[in-house]
Parts: sequence; structure tokens; C-alpha cells
Amino acid sequence: MNWVIENLPLIGQRTLEHLALSIPPIVLSFVLSVPLGWLANRYRPSRGVLLTVLGLLYAVPSLPLLIVLPIILGTGARDSINVVVALTLYGIALMVRTTSDALGSVSSDISQSATAMGFSPWTRFWKVDLPLAGPVLLAGIRVVAVSTVSLVTVGAVLGIKSLGLLFTDGLQRNIVAEVFAGMVATIALALVIDAVLVLIGRLVMPWTRATRVAPTRRARLTAEAAAS
Amino acid sequence: MIEFRQVSKQFPDGTLAVDDFSLVIPSRKTTVFVGSSGCGKTTILRMINRMIDRTSGSIEIDGEDIVGLDKVKLRRRIGYVMQNSGLLPHRKVIDNVATVPLLNGVPKKQAHARALELLDTVGLDRSLANRYPSQLSGGQQQRVGVARGLAADPNILLMDEPFGAVDPLVRAELQQELIRLQRELDKTVVFVTHDIDEAFLLGDQVVILQKGGVIVQKGSPTEILSAPANDFVADFIGATKGKRALHIDRRDGREVVLDSEGRAAGVLVDGPTGGSKDAPA
Ligand SMILES: Nc1ncnc2c1ncn2[C@@H]1O[C@H](COP(=O)(O)OP(=O)(O)OP(=O)(O)O)[C@@H](O)[C@H]1O
Ligand SMILES: [Mg+2]
Repeated sequence: MNWVIENLPLIGQRTLEHLALSIPPIVLSFVLSVPLGWLANRYRPSRGVLLTVLGLLYAVPSLPLLIVLPIILGTGARDSINVVVALTLYGIALMVRTTSDALGSVSSDISQSATAMGFSPWTRFWKVDLPLAGPVLLAGIRVVAVSTVSLVTVGAVLGIKSLGLLFTDGLQRNIVAEVFAGMVATIALALVIDAVLVLIGRLVMPWTRATRVAPTRRARLTAEAAAS
Repeated sequence: MIEFRQVSKQFPDGTLAVDDFSLVIPSRKTTVFVGSSGCGKTTILRMINRMIDRTSGSIEIDGEDIVGLDKVKLRRRIGYVMQNSGLLPHRKVIDNVATVPLLNGVPKKQAHARALELLDTVGLDRSLANRYPSQLSGGQQQRVGVARGLAADPNILLMDEPFGAVDPLVRAELQQELIRLQRELDKTVVFVTHDIDEAFLLGDQVVILQKGGVIVQKGSPTEILSAPANDFVADFIGATKGKRALHIDRRDGREVVLDSEGRAAGVLVDGPTGGSKDAPA
């Protein structure tokens, strides 16, 4: 416990570094999954290929990927870009399927009526299909966020700075409190990001919280209609 | 006026949904397509706003072939109301009603003001404006759907079984409301239903369809009722059985109209028929 109190600034520092490595992959996998998910949903043949390739991608172990990426990208072995790219790939692997399913689940009644109203395909995608896919997209990105926060720690093995360094350092120097602090901070960070995502979801999708007409009220409306 | 000339629609899978369909739909009147499920009603309706493109033949609106028109623009000047309202669940009632004007670039404030007026027009309380569609009853949703269809003040209103999913009481109310609206607004309404009673109630011109969009009979409700073209029509309109085969009986000095099973359908009175719009001349 003493270790934690004495090293609060360090934990804070590592948390910020961890955050800086987590946010870009979360945002990027969300953004890139939109066109890919659209493609997978729109053109059935592309769906099978795309989802299989991405599924295989997710099966690549993270440590080897982090070692191979600098060679492919020509970056330095400890460059944080490697982590961002690797985790974006994992994020996409998870998120494209979700996005494709989410877009596919938009009720055909609603998209047809939007078409009938005179939405162009482009406007309809952004103003109808994507927003309506929102709740499922949110569920998907929450999984990606938690998985990303946890995977960022792997970079520590290569010396990339994050909360993961508290594990490796704690292990090497045999400071149990440090390992523990790293774990707790990682989980806390995941929870905070998750909460922020839920909050954003509520702000941008207020309709999901709209309560339905209570049955009693509906019955009364019908009764009124009958009486009039 | 909407004119179909030898229009056919074959879907990519080979289904010939509409075969050689010709019809004139007069302006400012209500034309009702009625027929059993799968006979091609929706297909015919959707060819008017080009949600479905015909395979052959031509469709003209006021003498202009719609094939040369931009689909999106065409749809914005034709109102469309469908069975399950098709309201956008993520938009408030007021924004749903204002959909087309907003798409057309009308300033939000103006579009909203007009949307509120339209809520009055369709008999909805303005207090519902800020609700989401899921917070409305089925009948209220359909009214919003009608308001939305009217928002851009289109000349043509396409309605695909708009009252098919609400309970009978609400349906009757909505039908009366549409009759009132049509008196006020004078639109060219093209209405699809598989309920023959609804067709006779609403239609100036009723078109009875069979599989493949084949017209079995068309005419005013009175024309069809008084002279069914064949057994299919007679059967379909229930002339041979049930409530439409009426006869007169004298009871307690009054003339009572009875159906085929002897249930009282009404009494016979003298004088005008109460202003029914298709009363025999
Ligand atoms: N996209 C499509 N692809 C292939 N066949 C279709 C398609 N849409 C409709 N059909 C077929 O065309 C025929 C006419 O369909 P349509 O939807 O116009 O019928 P409808 O009269 O509106 O029926 P309902 O009363 O059930 O709504 C049906 O046999 C239907 O199966
Ligand atoms: Mg139909």
C-alpha cells in the first residue's frame, strides 16, 4: 500500500499514457468499421470474405503482431504507433461484424418509408440507417473499448509505456503492490471509458430512453376513441 | 392525373407481379386498389413514386413520363403513407412530420410551425409533438404518418393499407378522418386495401385486382355493387352471401332491411340518402 501512495504520480502518468494508447484504436476501429460494415452488409458476397479475414486477424496473437508490425510499417520497435495499429486491427475485427449486423437489422419498413419520403441513399445512410444501428454499435464499441484497454498492457513487454509497465516492473522487482496497482488501474480505466461511452450513447440517442405508452394509457385512448 | 399504359413489372427472380396494367387515375379523386394478398397492389403503388421501376410500359403524371424524372425529387412531391406508419423511431413526432420539408431545405423553424399545423389537421394534440413515435398509440402513429405524407403539400398521396394494423374502432375513426381531409384538401389519393368495405367507403373509383395486377372490374362503388362483372367480383364484394345480400321485410308497419341470415341491417326511409357521395344519380 505504501508503494501505491509513494508512487501516485507514476500511476497517474502511466494511466494517462495508457489512455493515450487506448483512445485512438477505439475511435479508429469505430470509424473504419462503418464503411467496412456497410460493405459487408450491402454486398452479401463481400460479407463472407471480409468477416472470415477479419476473424482470422483476431486470431493472430498480440505479442508476435507487435513484433512483426514495426518491420511491415518501418516504425521503431517501441513506437506507440505499433500498438495503435495492432489494436485498431483487433478493434476492426470485432467491430465490422457488429456494424454489418447492426445495419442489417434496421427494419425494412423504416428504410423503405425513408426512401419513399425522398431520402437519397447517401442521406438515408447517415440520417436513418446509421443512427438506428446506434444501440447495437454502442454495444459493440463497448466490447472493443474494454478489450483495447486490456490489450494495451501487452505493449509493456516491449517497453511501450502504459499501465502494463507496472506489471512488468513489479514482477521484475518483486513488488506485489505495483502489479496489483497496475491491474486495478487498468480495470478502473476500462470502467471509466465504458461509462463515458454509455453517457455519449445517451446524449446522441435520446430516443432509446423514451418510455413507451403505458398499457393502461393505451387502453384509455382506445376507450376514448370508442366513446367518441 | 396518373396514367398507366400497359405497365408490367417482373422482379429479378422472375415473378411477374404486374402484367400489362393500364389505368387512368383521375386527379383530386380517391382511387382504391383492392384485391387479395399478393395480387400486385403494393407493386403498382410503388411504381408511381418509382420505389419500384416498371419493366415495360409507361407511367405518366399529368402527361409527363416519370421515367425521365429524378427519383428522389419525384418522391418528395408525392406523399406516402404505409401500414406500420414507417415513422422514424429516432425522431420526435414534429421532426417526423417535417421530414420532407426539412429534406427540401425549408428552414427548421418554418418546417416545425407547419408541422404543428398539420398535427391539428389530422386531429392530433400539439402536446404530442415532442414525443417519440414509440410513445404513441398505433392510431396516433398512423395520424402522424398521414400528417407526414401531407407535409410538403403534395398533389398525390399514396396510401398502402394505412389503416390495416389498427383495431376496428380506430380504423373507422381514421377512415372518417380521411374522408373529411379529402373534402378539405382535394388530393389525388391512391389507396390500397384488401378490405372491400374500406374500398367502397373511401373510393370514388374502386379497382378490383386479381393476381398479376389484372383489373377484374373498376368503377364507382355503386356501379360495382349494382353490377358485379363476374362471380369473382360478386364473391369478393360479398354480394352472394352475408351482409350485402339484403332484402326487405315488413315488421310492425315499417320496412326493415334484413341480410341473408335474417339479421336486421337497417330500416328503409324515404328521402335523400344522407349525402352519400356515390348515391345513384
Ligand atoms: N422484391 C420482390 N421480389 C420478387 N417478388 C416480389 C417482390 N416484391 C413483391 N413480389 C411478388 O410480387 C407479387 C405482388 O406483390 P405485392 O407486394 O405487390 O402484393 P400486394 O397486392 O401488395 O399484397 P399484400 O396485400 O399482401 O400487401 C407477389 O407475388 C410478391 O411475392
Ligand atoms: Mg402490399
